Amino acid sequence: MATETVHATHESAHPAGWAHPRGMLRWVTTTNHKDIGTLYLWLSFLMFLFAGALAMLIRAELFQPGLQFLQPALFNQFTTLHGLIMIFGAIMPAFVGFANWQVPLMIGAPDMAFPRLNNWSFWLLPVGFTLLISSLLVPGGSAAGGWTMYPPLFIQGGIAYDMTILALHVLGLSSIIGSINIITTIINMRAPGMTMMKMPMFVWTWLITAFLLLAAMPVLAGALTMLLTDRHFGTSFFNAAGGGDPVMFQHLFWFFGHPEVYIMILPAFGILSTIIPTFSRKPLFGYHAMVYATASIALLSFVVWAHHMFTVGMPVAGQLFFMYTTMLIAVPTGVKVFNWVATMWRGSLTFETPMLFSVAVVCLFTIGGFSGLVLAIVPVDIQLQDTYYVVAHFHYVLFSGAAMSIMAGVYYWLPKWTGHMYDERLGQWHFWLTTIAFNVTFFPMHFTGLAGMPRRIPDYALQFANFNMISSIGAFVLGGSQLLFLYVVIKCIRGGAKAGNKPWEGADTLEWTLASPPPYHTFETAPVVK
Amino acid sequence: MKTHAQHYYLPAPSYWPIIGSIALLFLAGGFVLLLNHFKSGPYLMMVGALILVGMLFGWFGAVIRESLSGHFNLQVDRSYRWGMGWFIFSEVMFFAAFFGALFYARNIAVPWLGNTPLLWPDYVATWPTAGPGAHTAFTPMAAWGIPAINTLILLSSGATVTWAHWGLIKNNRMQLKLGLVLTILLGITFTGLQAYEYMSADFSLHTGIYGTTFFMLTGFHGLHVTLGIIMLSVILLRVLAGHFAPEQQEHFAFAAVSWYWHFVDVVWLILFVFVYWL
Repeated sequence: MATETVHATHESAHPAGWAHPRGMLRWVTTTNHKDIGTLYLWLSFLMFLFAGALAMLIRAELFQPGLQFLQPALFNQFTTLHGLIMIFGAIMPAFVGFANWQVPLMIGAPDMAFPRLNNWSFWLLPVGFTLLISSLLVPGGSAAGGWTMYPPLFIQGGIAYDMTILALHVLGLSSIIGSINIITTIINMRAPGMTMMKMPMFVWTWLITAFLLLAAMPVLAGALTMLLTDRHFGTSFFNAAGGGDPVMFQHLFWFFGHPEVYIMILPAFGILSTIIPTFSRKPLFGYHAMVYATASIALLSFVVWAHHMFTVGMPVAGQLFFMYTTMLIAVPTGVKVFNWVATMWRGSLTFETPMLFSVAVVCLFTIGGFSGLVLAIVPVDIQLQDTYYVVAHFHYVLFSGAAMSIMAGVYYWLPKWTGHMYDERLGQWHFWLTTIAFNVTFFPMHFTGLAGMPRRIPDYALQFANFNMISSIGAFVLGGSQLLFLYVVIKCIRGGAKAGNKPWEGADTLEWTLASPPPYHTFETAPVVK
Repeated sequence: MKTHAQHYYLPAPSYWPIIGSIALLFLAGGFVLLLNHFKSGPYLMMVGALILVGMLFGWFGAVIRESLSGHFNLQVDRSYRWGMGWFIFSEVMFFAAFFGALFYARNIAVPWLGNTPLLWPDYVATWPTAGPGAHTAFTPMAAWGIPAINTLILLSSGATVTWAHWGLIKNNRMQLKLGLVLTILLGITFTGLQAYEYMSADFSLHTGIYGTTFFMLTGFHGLHVTLGIIMLSVILLRVLAGHFAPEQQEHFAFAAVSWYWHFVDVVWLILFVFVYWL
């Protein structure tokens, strides 16, 4: 990962006719990877707060047994929207935002390979979310079949279900265009000397993530199309009377859905692999192993999907196959955790906010990984399917894995993006509030789940009351602390101590050779990497 | 490559993407309304389609002008080639979902339904089938009539487009034009025969899983062939306007369309084997 540069950046003259619309239109028409990265990150923050507000409402209902605020139908709509928006609105766009900002800077490229398509892949998102969120207002309310959209529920619903399906088609189109752009940028736009095995780990993880997106999103598009034709055009894909099978949807969905899980965690691994070496002041331990581990996780992710379906009925041979392949994923993931710990080993560590988040992610994601291994065991999974244990598991990987890595990355690169240092004291407050509140919220769910509390139900038996109250209190603190995050980010954008070119002394990737904030166009003359 | 080719070409801010997004908002919103029997649906969709066509003309027009004025160097050309390659890969995965559905139905869903003595005691699981709930008989499409002829037609069109490409590389414009015209004619013949086959079929999308997989797979394929014909026609018009030269970076669009055509060809071969023949 040597990134010594012979000469850094020149702000060379633009081609003639380089007209820049101003105000709002600048953002609408921009072809600049930094602008588009910023748009992605802000949209993701907005969606994070919106879907988080839905989670607050869900936790308010679950504060006590019985029905207080939400009728079951609305509760189901909120859980469905919370899942869909957190995945497609908060986590995925945030990582694409990072890719937009960082990939060209880290590989010494002047911009993304297709700047106009880059703009389109962002501006498709508001179209998708307009369709998705406005479905709350149509008769019957928004889709309530769960984010997994299983038929027959998803075939029986009203107009909102069509809106959800088409919204996801548009969001999928955005993802496909975005990943074609990212994968082409990484393959074709690297600075001279930046060989594949010299690429920063974050770039590697995005290369593999873009491949996963290109392989998985079209399958989701196919499955959604089948839902739509089954709903309106009389096809029998998921209709047993016509020779189809509703279980087939689950196979198609999870063939997309499991790689999707890695789409949401591999870029997080990339962020960790960037931050941990910086604050350990040591190179990443086992870079090559890290690359191979990422690739193995990606390939394995295509042969584990039916572990989401152990209870729907399948031959024992199938159960065994999917159980073993799922457990196999723990090997490359373990390699990664080991390498992060080994990177910290005997490093001269400091714990600024990005590092605090990263260390917390390594610990908490490992808990989520282990509960995943528990769920991989078929007989155990049959007991735990659709309980709060599953909810605890995927929030440990998605919140304390993906979302907290995003926060780590935001703190890490904010000084580069804005030119200002964020408020370290408030950042650490945000960290401790988030981490503690997260565990207060989700750790008890392991217990309620093991005791048999089913997920996606607005009411529960009395013996779960105490744990649910604890979870709800944790959730409110967790939600509230994200407003502090918003404040810290805005404060940092508006001012603060000047960040030099390289505020983190251990950082060694190309973006730190540039000014903070970097000029609008960077690396128009490619740096030479030795 | 005439001027400023030393730098990677970065386009100026553009309105085309947002226009495309607005088009898709109209199309998707209109489609939702159409599906739910609102009269406004088709009109909104028409507006969306018009905006989309305008956007495609404008956006591709801008790219063609940039290409003709020599803004694209070899690196830009490589980007376009990788981009098209990955786009076709995503298309392959889209078809894979539908072929997956076909294989799942034939090998798992239907055999299981044949073994449900309590639910459907009389159902005999064979392929093709309209499912245990079907009451009418139908004639499945035979492989060795029109479909076999169509296979021959599409394979020949793959050969003619390659022949046209050779003409382009040798700077033999006559061969290029003739090859393209032949390819387009073969494509149109294929689509016409497909349409005839559709009209003469005594089953439909409603005919259980056989009708479903038959029409969805051949339908999406036909849609791609139609798109391919439109793309080839645009290329032909550009050839007639004197575009493209033998150098690699001077005819990316031609190469991309021919790749796309070969992709459609390969999908058809798999279709012919698994939908019509076996």
